[in-house]
Amino acid sequence: MRYPPYRVITEGFIRQATAAGAEIHLVDGSAGLVDRVTSLLGDAGAGSASNEFAVCAAASVEGIGPLAGLLAAVPGVRFDVTRETASHAAVGITSADWGVAQTGTLVCDSTAATQRLASTLPLIHIALLPSGRIVPDMAAALSHLDPQKARFIAAITGPSRTADIERVLTIGVHGPKRLVILIVQDGNAGDPRP
Amino acid sequence: MSDFVKSIDRALADPVLSSSLTRFSEAYRTGRARAFEGIDFEAVRTQIAERKSHAARNLDVLAERFTQQAQAAGAKVTRVSTPVDACQYVLAVANQSGARSIVKSKSMASEEIHLNATLEKAGIEVAETDLGEWIIQLAHERPSHMVLPAIHKTRGQVASLFSRQTNEELTDDIPGLVAVARRELRSRFLSADIGITGANIAVAETGSIVLLTNEGNARLVTTLPRTHIAIVGLEKLVERFDDIQPILTALPRSATGQLITSYVSIITGAAENTDGTPKDLHIVLLDNRRTEMAADPVFSEALQCIRCGSCLNVCPIFRLVGGHVFGKVYTGGIGAILTAWFDALEESRDIQSLCVQCGTCKDFCPANIDIPALIREVRDRVTHRDGLPFLQRAAYAVVNNRRLFHAALRAASIAQKPVAGGGFIRHLPFALTSMTEGRSLPAIASRPFRDDFPEIPQPECTETAIFYAGCLIDFVYPETGASVVKVLNHAGVRVVFPMEQTCCGAPARYGGSPEAAADAAKANIDALSAQSADYVVSACPTCTAALKIDFPELMDKFGTPDQQQSARIIAEKTRDFSSLVQQLASQGRLKFKQDSPGAGVTAYHDSCHLKRTLGVVNQPRELLSAAGYEISEMAESDTCCGMGGAYSIKMPAVARAVLDRKLTNIKATGAPELSTDCPGCVLQIRGGCDAAGIDVGVRHTADRIADRIAD
Ligand code: SF4
Repeated sequence: MRYPPYRVITEGFIRQATAAGAEIHLVDGSAGLVDRVTSLLGDAGAGSASNEFAVCAAASVEGIGPLAGLLAAVPGVRFDVTRETASHAAVGITSADWGVAQTGTLVCDSTAATQRLASTLPLIHIALLPSGRIVPDMAAALSHLDPQKARFIAAITGPSRTADIERVLTIGVHGPKRLVILIVQDGNAGDPRP
Repeated sequence: MSDFVKSIDRALADPVLSSSLTRFSEAYRTGRARAFEGIDFEAVRTQIAERKSHAARNLDVLAERFTQQAQAAGAKVTRVSTPVDACQYVLAVANQSGARSIVKSKSMASEEIHLNATLEKAGIEVAETDLGEWIIQLAHERPSHMVLPAIHKTRGQVASLFSRQTNEELTDDIPGLVAVARRELRSRFLSADIGITGANIAVAETGSIVLLTNEGNARLVTTLPRTHIAIVGLEKLVERFDDIQPILTALPRSATGQLITSYVSIITGAAENTDGTPKDLHIVLLDNRRTEMAADPVFSEALQCIRCGSCLNVCPIFRLVGGHVFGKVYTGGIGAILTAWFDALEESRDIQSLCVQCGTCKDFCPANIDIPALIREVRDRVTHRDGLPFLQRAAYAVVNNRRLFHAALRAASIAQKPVAGGGFIRHLPFALTSMTEGRSLPAIASRPFRDDFPEIPQPECTETAIFYAGCLIDFVYPETGASVVKVLNHAGVRVVFPMEQTCCGAPARYGGSPEAAADAAKANIDALSAQSADYVVSACPTCTAALKIDFPELMDKFGTPDQQQSARIIAEKTRDFSSLVQQLASQGRLKFKQDSPGAGVTAYHDSCHLKRTLGVVNQPRELLSAAGYEISEMAESDTCCGMGGAYSIKMPAVARAVLDRKLTNIKATGAPELSTDCPGCVLQIRGGCDAAGIDVGVRHTADRIADRIAD
């Protein structure tokens, strides 16, 4: 199969994810990532008091490297993701493995329970998507994952929603009210390719 | 009055239910169409049908493979044959682990086996966590819709349910109510011992189950408790991991008009628990007669269903009565079929009769299931088992004796009042009594068309058409028969009218008696085969469909090889009036009056059988336009008018409500006239306009065209 140019795919992803209610930011390199996470957490009140914090289930990001050292400086970030911390956290940070342009979907290998805790319990979910990992459709994303190894594949499109009362669309039922996707460019600029 | 009829009357009188369902059905169509933009729906549904029917043919092999693969990945898989077995298994798992509390995400299969009742009786707390399901649980009700369980509840009703539950004074602010559900259920999620889900798809190749949700509850249900039990109907199996794709494309688009649900979870075996242990995952493969269904030559098709709810959303009856009248877990078109199997055939007797056979659902079904045909099959088997009610049987016997039938109609036309009121004639195949309120009924014509025809001199032409009138045109609207002949003659087609032709058998066919329908077909095949002709023309779409589709099918089942052969020849020559005449007109064989300003404005109503059974949509419109009419398109022009043959007699209140809606749409066009290609629709709509004092002229397309023929 021949895919359209990468830039077109990325634009498609941004358009569809936005239409599904996600917030998208392009961040440049580790400095850009730290800046953006700091401001998002600041707005969410994380770090302002001892009981306001973010849990981070992402160990590293492709093209950037390990996050522990990077985010240690950001007030309120914790890396111990448990039922207790995740259910009290204002924000959960996870990695995302693939972005699907057709529907604006994130596809994540969530075999590790920490990935699921951080993306289901807090009201805000921040997902870190390497810029080279956007594919045209779901079939392409799933072809990169082996269900025998990825025991829990999670496809996430926009925030949690319901229309069960009088069909009025309401955001944030059991899962996050906000889904923030940071498309992380590795800092070497240019047109990224997978 | 039976409980069933009472529940229908209650539903029809419930303003919340019908207005929210109707608003939903309108918004649904737009949203769905938008979601499918750029997608080849026919290709996707062909793929789904192909893969799911392949799975249905190989259920045992797939179940075996699924079991191996899921077990290799750390799941425990068990296959159970009855709902009781399924409940016992779940109960045993709960007891072994000493579970006290369970959280569930939406699962039709668990509703099917009435799992909650079993668990609660054992003293285990169960919380439904899908918002709609939780509302229903608090109200102690049954879901009224497959996808939107609480669509019949208002925000006010939800507020009082939640207030009672939380001991708080809650307002009817919807985001506020949703926040309450989040807060209340969050602690349940965190403390539950077991999570129970269904599955939308089960993949044999990998042992994976796939769950689609919007709220995110299934993610919590499968993540937080240490034990996860998935109840999976065997029909959820597909062979390959790739088979997920077409279902993932069609299911959210068909269900809610979304490109994809917020969450899709693909779980393969035991993933990690939050304490690092592997999940205690149990998958219960539920049979409950699914293997038996798979072996049934007709009903195996129903196993293709992906439970999207489209057939409920587009049904003109469902949006008026809602799901509760079904009194069962599975509702709507597919519900009438599944209930006959998962519960029992007799449980479906009443609900299958709600189907007006308009065929709309079939156009929308993403699994390409011929839902109306399967409902007809349920109907046939119900009557086969129970026998027909006496009056219905007597009526078919009369109809199938042409002389007696026609004599009765003639007698009725002379002594209209006493006979019509005497309780007999109303069991004849069309509604000729005033029993349906809200609709005036026509008198039987004083002279049937068959008596008029010999007096219409026939020109010598190179082409000949047999005119098959059908009961309504013959005995109620003979003037339409005259119009048909006039137009055909004008186009250079000689018309013959075999006097032995009789009722097409549709009432018996739709009434659950294929044998009686076959007898009618044989009489007509004899009558029509006696003449040679280029065309067989009918101006009744139900008759046309009978000649074109039903006769060959019925003869394959009940006829001799000769009859099969004749039925096929007739079917090939059969044309509906508008398509044939439109074709002749496009060849320049008709001359229309050239006056200005033309023939005026008319709305157009698509008859169910013309549009959906015969696939004729544009021809009547083009023909009317060519004849000088301006068409004012009407909202829901192809939604059933409620006639449905004998339906308006059996389900008068429902038919009336369907008709009311049609009348509203007609009025909204502002057109002074309405045209349609079906004499049954003329009867229903003209009668409705008359009774409601709506000043719109309702006429058959053939009459409109005959008016415009240049002298
Ligand atoms: S029968 Fe078809 S339309 Fe109805 S729920 Fe099943 S898949 Fe959907």
